Parts: sequence; structure tokens; C-alpha cells
Amino acid sequence: MEEKLRNLATEAKEAVEKAATLNELSNLRVKYLGKKGHLTSILRGMGSLSAEERPRVGALANEIRSQLEVLIAGRTHELKEAEREERMARETIDVTLPGKPFLIGKKHPLTKVQEEIESIFLGMGFNIAEGPEVELDYYNFEALNLPKDHPARDMQDTFFINPEVLLRTHTSPVQVRTMEKTVPNLPVKIICPGKVYRRDDDATHSPMFTQVEGLAVDKRITFSDLKGVLAVFARQMFGADTKTRFRPSYFPFTEPSAEVDISCVMCKGAGCRVCSYTGWLEILGCGMVHPRVLEMSGYNPEEVTGFAFGMGVERIAMLKYGIDDLRLFYDNDLRFLAQF
Amino acid sequence: MRVSYKWLQEYVDVNISPQELADRLTMAGVAVENVHYLGEGITNVVTGQILKIDPHPNADKLVICQVTTGEEDRLQIVTGATNVREGHKIPVAKVGAKLPSGLVIKKAKLRGEVSQGMLCSGQELGIDNGLLPPEQQNGIMILPQDTPLNLDIVEYLGLDDYILELDLTPNRGDCLSMIGVAREVAALLGVEMKMPAAPLEEGEERVEELAAIDIQAADLCRRYVGRVIKGVQIGPSPSWMQQRLRAAGIRPINNIVDVTNYVMLELGQPLHAFDYDKLAGHRIIVRRAKENESIKTLDQQERPLNENMLAICDAGGPVAVAGVMGGLDSEVTAETVNVLIESAYFDPVSVRRTSKALGLRSESSARFEKGIDIGGCVRAADRAAYLMQQLAGGTVARGVIDSYPEPVVEKTVKLRPARVEHVLGIPVEEQKIVDILTALQFKVQREGENLLVTVPTFRPDVSIEVDLIEEVARVYGYNQVPDTLIYGPATQGKRSENQQLVYDIRNILVGCGLTEVITYGFVSPKVADLMNLPQDSKFRNVLVLQNPLSEEQSVMRTVLVPNLLEVLKRNHNRQIQNGAIFEIGRVFYPREGQNLPEERLVLAMVFSGYTEKSWNSEAEPMDFFFAKGVVEKLFAGIGLVEARFVRHTDPSFHPGRTAAIEVKGKTIGVLGELHPNVLENYGLPHRAVACKIDLLDLIETELQKPRYQPLPKFPAVERDLAVVVKQEVQTRDMIDVINKAAGKILKSVSVFDVYRGAQVQEGYKSQAFSLLFQAPDRTLTDEEVAKQTEKIFRALNKEFAAELRK
Repeated sequence: MEEKLRNLATEAKEAVEKAATLNELSNLRVKYLGKKGHLTSILRGMGSLSAEERPRVGALANEIRSQLEVLIAGRTHELKEAEREERMARETIDVTLPGKPFLIGKKHPLTKVQEEIESIFLGMGFNIAEGPEVELDYYNFEALNLPKDHPARDMQDTFFINPEVLLRTHTSPVQVRTMEKTVPNLPVKIICPGKVYRRDDDATHSPMFTQVEGLAVDKRITFSDLKGVLAVFARQMFGADTKTRFRPSYFPFTEPSAEVDISCVMCKGAGCRVCSYTGWLEILGCGMVHPRVLEMSGYNPEEVTGFAFGMGVERIAMLKYGIDDLRLFYDNDLRFLAQF
Repeated sequence: MRVSYKWLQEYVDVNISPQELADRLTMAGVAVENVHYLGEGITNVVTGQILKIDPHPNADKLVICQVTTGEEDRLQIVTGATNVREGHKIPVAKVGAKLPSGLVIKKAKLRGEVSQGMLCSGQELGIDNGLLPPEQQNGIMILPQDTPLNLDIVEYLGLDDYILELDLTPNRGDCLSMIGVAREVAALLGVEMKMPAAPLEEGEERVEELAAIDIQAADLCRRYVGRVIKGVQIGPSPSWMQQRLRAAGIRPINNIVDVTNYVMLELGQPLHAFDYDKLAGHRIIVRRAKENESIKTLDQQERPLNENMLAICDAGGPVAVAGVMGGLDSEVTAETVNVLIESAYFDPVSVRRTSKALGLRSESSARFEKGIDIGGCVRAADRAAYLMQQLAGGTVARGVIDSYPEPVVEKTVKLRPARVEHVLGIPVEEQKIVDILTALQFKVQREGENLLVTVPTFRPDVSIEVDLIEEVARVYGYNQVPDTLIYGPATQGKRSENQQLVYDIRNILVGCGLTEVITYGFVSPKVADLMNLPQDSKFRNVLVLQNPLSEEQSVMRTVLVPNLLEVLKRNHNRQIQNGAIFEIGRVFYPREGQNLPEERLVLAMVFSGYTEKSWNSEAEPMDFFFAKGVVEKLFAGIGLVEARFVRHTDPSFHPGRTAAIEVKGKTIGVLGELHPNVLENYGLPHRAVACKIDLLDLIETELQKPRYQPLPKFPAVERDLAVVVKQEVQTRDMIDVINKAAGKILKSVSVFDVYRGAQVQEGYKSQAFSLLFQAPDRTLTDEEVAKQTEKIFRALNKEFAAELRK
């Protein structure tokens, strides 16, 4: 009987190892280990064995049973793995096919740059002020120390609605409006982004463009602060290694006045076509608020000082993105807008 | 202003290179736009003489010149020029010579004849045509007869010089002169400057006996200085003067006119020379022009004058437009013998207005406009008389006529050294302040803790303390001032709620796949017609520009959608068929009785075409419901929960496919398919959907701020309810009835099918709702849900005669 059992074990092991499918395995289990299986039918003959033989044969049968169980489980696992592998191999997709096309929207590059400028100054404690695009001559010029017939009015060719009303030529009137609203409180720390209009239309001028104005007024604002704030701005906007340079200039509403250059974003100051081989790029105008402007807005220039600056968003966007044609901004070609 | 580096050396010892000088000036506020070498690219061109001219045997239009450059050589040069004669001195480009154009002269054969060089025109030597005498403008440059031979032409013509082109700010009119620039240079380099001298020898005859000056408009002419010089001999000015004028960009004319220009360049005082004998009554009357008066100016143009213009007149009428241009009739000509020199101060505003009105800008008006040195009129007249005497002979009449009704007293401005620190943020030593101002020719006195600074008349731009601080700062060096951050109380930078909302709206729309555009605030007045607006539409009331660049940009927009349609069309013309775009911008509504219009911030969106088709997704039309989905997502994103879409008519939109967006009964926007007429007007071949929302109205609606609600603990039960109703029954109304009929346990209603067709009676539609029931405190039973669903159906039946779909 032991002989029979051993033969059965050998036969079953061989069969399990050869089984190629889970189904086959399941059949083998029934065939050998099932209630009507071979093992059971051999064991039915146990009654004819001696009392000494019986435990030994019993133990052997159990051992064979458990060996077969383990073998079948192992083989089942192997076959399942293989089957899964095979299924996954069948399911392979072309991962290089494109994904589901969502509609992709973009902010206008000028908005992107304007928002970036805003967040830099918000971070330095400036708030955002707004003002009308159709403006009084008074706020656009006179309150900024630009009386009628001032030669500096030539610097800003103006669209008029009537002799007293015009399209603002810069965002500076927002300075005056904000100071008028705030006086006598301090400090004033604002930036004013917005559209401005000048009567110019060629390759380098757009009749409408975007400016960001800045103003800080308090008891001890200095030219040195202006330099520091703008140096921080330039580094955040154009990179930590950006250098700034202040050149004396002239604006009727600031004194002293300056123009600010940054080290060329293309050549890092070595000199290239973009910076006309000077290593520097002009990006904004600024200065200490003219005492008359403070006065007209209601502040006492003996008690408070302030600085102001103004920059063209287009210029900064062109430098930042390497755009070489100003007109693209207002042409709104979707292929252009999709790039930012 | 073009500044000759060589000429500048006459007033100040410049010991740095032209480029370095340019950098120093720029960094001190006298911006130098560029520096260039006049003789750039010229080599091996020398002075020569034409010995003989023979016709060319094979060409009518060429001649053969035998030329010497002074050595024993004889050069045969073929030329096509017609203005050369035997004996002429000319510039000769020898074989191997280089010219500014890049041309290299080679030995050549022209129509069979050897040519060993080239005779040069002024232009070929880099001299602007306008700076040459008219007769030389189209021919070879003819040099004076006394020109020595074989001189390097670059040296001979003074082209061995650098020009610094200044780009001056409007306040620095003082630097429109050599001495003004020299003064800056002296202050920057710490060296002395020399003023040009005028050691005049005057005759016996007194000027008062020869001429009279009468200022009748003292507000426009605050000073008028005259000198008379008699017996001059008109001729060309010497080459050194011609070279300097040319270097500055002024064409030499004759010795008298050249002196007036030369002194203007040197001292910044525009001068005019009248032919004394052509001045009726030998009188100068300075007055406002009369209506209907006119004058023929030096440029041969007849110019009408008016009462706003200042005229220089003689006893007969206008002889010059003050500060702008002289008159032709009294101009100095070859026949002139006696000259009256005008050296005056004209009101900057008046000159500016007049030159603008006449469309006539001159070197003179450019200087008067910026304000010249009222204290320098006599010095300039003296200097001119001296130079005329030197160059044209004659006798200078004794004395000057100086009509100066109210002599200007030099301003005195107090400067507190402590204030310098207060403004700049760094201490500048008092002695340093004094040194800088003194170098700029301000007079400085100490008075207690302060400085009393006398401002010279040539600096009319300096009038208050901070102007002096700027002078100190710019010479001290802006970049010597350290960078600091603002000291003071903490301030917070934060977008206002409205600004944040606009910022969020942009982000949501971009997230929905819309692309932002930015368009001009001004539009064509035709927009109203293109948008199908009725004649009485309030949007036709527009703000009109007085001086637009074109009709297309002549009125301020009252609607934003048309600009987006223009963008779509432009893109369409470039084969970009599909677009979902938006803009947030202002529109302008004129207000009765007010100067400024109402500016409203509006949002416009336009959708046209399809979403992208791909291998696994169909192209989806960007139609009304696509757009409505975007609007709903936007509202959900910003917390607008009460918006309702109500059928609406608007002349720009499709009457059956348009909704007003209402919040609590107020219309804040419109969403709809554009009217076919509008699409046609814009040349758009496909349907397009537009939405406009007034953001100020939107901001005023109460937006729901996020607020936590506990999550449901018990399961939800879903039931479908399909009913058949008349086609015109609106979904919104049915949902309202459902909500009203249902108890609290109805959490939401959605529409999952709308069907018209074969199985539904004509004029009816089947509409299927998905109802979601949920209670916060228990699991709902089937009976409860069935009861509610039945109740809802009965309500729909009662309200709309709805039948269950079989």
C-alpha cells in the first residue's frame, strides 16, 4: 500500500508540474485529492492494514496530501502570474498616442507679466490702486507739475476728448488721486497698473500700452530707498544676478529724476545686439516726488517725501520672453498667445 | 546737439577718451546717444589738383583727368563728374584708398582708359549732402584754391574728430551749447573751463544813432539786444568754422550767417543777422503779429501770422517770426554791406506755440523753447560782432542797444545740507556740496547752518532746493547712493476683494480653456451698425476722440464683444478656425453733464468652432451649452449661487438662443448665440456664442464665501423620473416646481435626457430627471422615496400637464 501511495505521489507531482492551465490543475486536485480522488480511494483500503502499519501509512498519506497541496498551490500561483503577465502583455497600449485634448487656455503675456510685477510689489507691502483711463487734463498733467505749454508735454503725444479731458498718457494721475484720497494719512504705498494711450503708432510704439506706476510717500522715504526697492524688483523680475544702474534724467513730476537700466538679460552685460552693445537695458523712469506734486495733493513737502516710478509692461514682457515686435501684443494671434 | 570732441577742447581740457567722456556725461544726466568718428572708414584720400581734362575717346559722359597729388606723380583718373575744371583742388582717393561706404579703390580700366583713383564727392567722404553747398551736392567736392597738395583729407577737412550726439532732456537747454557742455565736463573732471573772448574794436559811430529797438510786447520779449556792424565783405567763412558748423550739422552759407550759427552753437544764444539797409526806418519793433499779416520766411514759404505770434518788424511790417525764422526780404545776401545783429530773449511758450502752429522747427526755436540764458544776450552779440569783424571786416558801431525792460535778478535758493541727506538717504559732506555747486558755476555762500546758492541765469531749470539736491546728486553719482529698503511702520500689500475676484475670474476662465486677449479701448464708430444695434441703443452714445489716429480708432468702446469678434476674424483669416477667447476690460459710457465718462469693467467671452478632434474623442461644438457650462463653472468658482438664465432678446443676439443672466432679479449679463447678421457683418462663417458680464454688477451681488457643511452620514437614494410635456415648457420652471413640491430630503435634481422624436407626440418632448434623495438623520425607506417621487410627479402634472413617459 505504501508502494501504491508513493507511486501515486510521484504520478501526481509529475502531473501537477506539467499542468499548463488553472483548469487542468483544478482537475488534478479533484482527481488526486478530491473526495472521490485516488488518494481517498487508496486510503479506503486502510482497514486491511495491521495496527502497526496503519499509523505509518496514515502519516505517509497525510504527508503526500500536504505535499500535493503545497505543490498545487505553488503551481496555481505560478500559473496565475503567468496568465496575468500574458494578459498585460496583450493589453499593452501605445503610450505615445496623445491624451484627451482638453481646451488649453492662456493668460495674455501682458497680464502674466503685470501679475508678476504686482506680486513682487505686494510682497514689499504695496497695495494696488486703480484710476480712470479717460482722465482730466488736471490729473494727467497739471497736478503733476506739467502746466499747459510745458515743453515736456511733447514727450507724451496725447489723445483728447476735449481740451480738458483726455486719454491718460501715463498711470501717474493715479498717484495724485490716491494721495488726495489718503491725505493726511501716511504712509502711501501703491502701485497702479493700467492701460495708457499715446498718439503714436509705429513699429516701436502702440497707441495703447500698459504701465505700472509706483508711489511711496512717508515721513522718511529717501532716494536710497527708491534704489533699493527697484533693485529688489529687478532681481526678482529678471533673476538674482541682475544689476541695476541709475542715470539722472528729467520728469516734471520728480526731482531728482532717474532712468533705470538693468544689466542686459541676453548677454549679462557683455554687450549684444539687444542692448546695442552697451550691456545695459533701460527699463523704467523714476525719482523723488516733486514737492509741488506733494503740495498739490495736499501733503506738506517739508514733512513728507516720496518716490515714484513708472514702467512699461510691454517692454518688460519683450525682454522676459524675447519678443521682438511690440505689435504682436495687440494683434492677438492665437498662435502667439498660446506660447505663454 | 552734436558736440565736436575737438572743438570742445577749446573751452575745457578733456583728458579722457571720447567714449569715456560720453559715459561720464550720460551718468551725470547729459545723455549721449552715440559717439562716432567723422573720418570713419577713410584711408589714403589726399588733396590733389586737376592739371588737365580731356574727353574720353569712348564715352560721352566721362572725361579723363590728369591729376597730381603734389609729388612727381601724374595720376590719370576717369570721372563722370561735370563740375570739375582744370586747376581745381579736389579730394583724390588713390589706388588702395578706402571710403566710408566700404568701397576700396583699385586700378581700373573705364571704357578702355586706365583710371588710377577716384575724385571724391562730399558724400563719398561721409559728409551729409545737406551740409554741402548746393553746387557741390551732386558733384565732386571742390576745395579752396589755397589748399596745399597731398594732405590727408581726413585731417584737412577736420574729419579727425569725434561727434557726441546728445539726447537732452527738456530741462537742460543750457547744454544746447558748447560752453554748456564744457561747463558740465569741467565740473565732472574737476578742471577749469575757458570762456570765449570778444575783444571788440568799436568805431566812432554810436549804435543808437543807427538803429532803434522798440519792444511793444514785453511779456513775450523780455530782452532785445542789437549791434550794428558796417562795411562788411560777404564771402565764405574760413574752413575751420565751416568744419565746426558741419560737424554740428549746420550747412555753411556765408561768413555773416555762419557767425550767427557758430555763436549760437558756442553760447546757446540764437542770433539773427538782418541786412541793415533793408530794414525800413532802421527800426526794430517787437510786437504781436496782426491778423492777416504774413511773411515770406528764409525757406521761401509764405507764412500767415496771427495775434498769438510774436513778430519782429521794421517800420514797414514783419521781418522775422520771433525766435523761429527770419524773413527772406531782410536776409543777408552777397550784396549786404551793413548788418544788424539780433540777440534776444523770447518767451519759451510763445516760441513753442508759434513754431508748432507754423509747423516750423529750427535750431533757434529749439533753444528758445527750452529757455535760453537771458543774462547772456549782450555777450553773444559782442562775440558775434567780434567774429564778423574778424572774418568779414567792417566797423562795429559803438555800444549795444540793450532793450531790457525788467532786468532779471539771479535767484537765490536756500540749501540745507541736512536736507540733502534727508532726500538722498546718505550724508554728503558740506564741502563736497559746495565744491559741486561751485564747479557748476553756482555761487555759494554759507549762512549759519545753511547754504545760500545763487543760480546763474543760464540754469532756468533750477529754482527750488530739491533742484540743487539733484545737481549735487548727479555729479556726486547716483550709483554712489546705497540701496536700502523703506524704513517705517509695517504695511501689508494685498489685493482688494474686487481685485482678487477679477484675478480669480481670469484664472478660472483660463482653467476652462479660454485664452485671454487684450484689445484697444478705442474702436470704429461703425461697430454699432456691425453689432446690429438699433438707432436708439444707449450703446450708440459714445465718447469721441478729437484727434484720433484713424476713423477705425476714433470712439471709446461701449461694448467689448465686437473687439473679440475682430480678433476671431483676424485669426480666421489666418486659418485658425476655432477659438474660445475672453477679455476683461473697460467700456466707457458718457455721462450727461459730467466731464468724465462712467468706466465699467466688463468681461466678454466669445466661442466659435469646435474643440479639438482626436483619435479617441470627437470634436465637440463650442455652442450655447458649452459656453453656458463655462459660465456655470465660473459662477461656481467664485461662489455666485443665485444666477438664473432667463430667455432674453438683444439685437446683437439670436432671438431664440439667448439668455439674460439674472441675479436676484437684476440682469448682470447676456449669454447667447450671435445674431446671423452680426456674424455676417464680421465675416465669420460659423456660428459663435458670446457672453458679456458687467463685473461691477457681478461684484455687487453677494458671493458666497466657502463655509463648511457636515458630510452626509446616511446613504442617498436615486430615482429617475421621465415625463412628457409640451415643447415650450422650460426646464428651469420644471425644476422650480420639483424643488417646491419635494420635501427637504430632495438633495438635487439633474436633467439626464431630453428627447423629441418618433415616440413622442409632435409638439411635445420627453424630459428625464434624476432625483437624489438623502436625509441627514436616517436611511430613507423605499416607501418614503416613492411617496416623494409621486408627489413631484403630481405637481408637474398639475403645473404642466406632464404625463409619465411610457
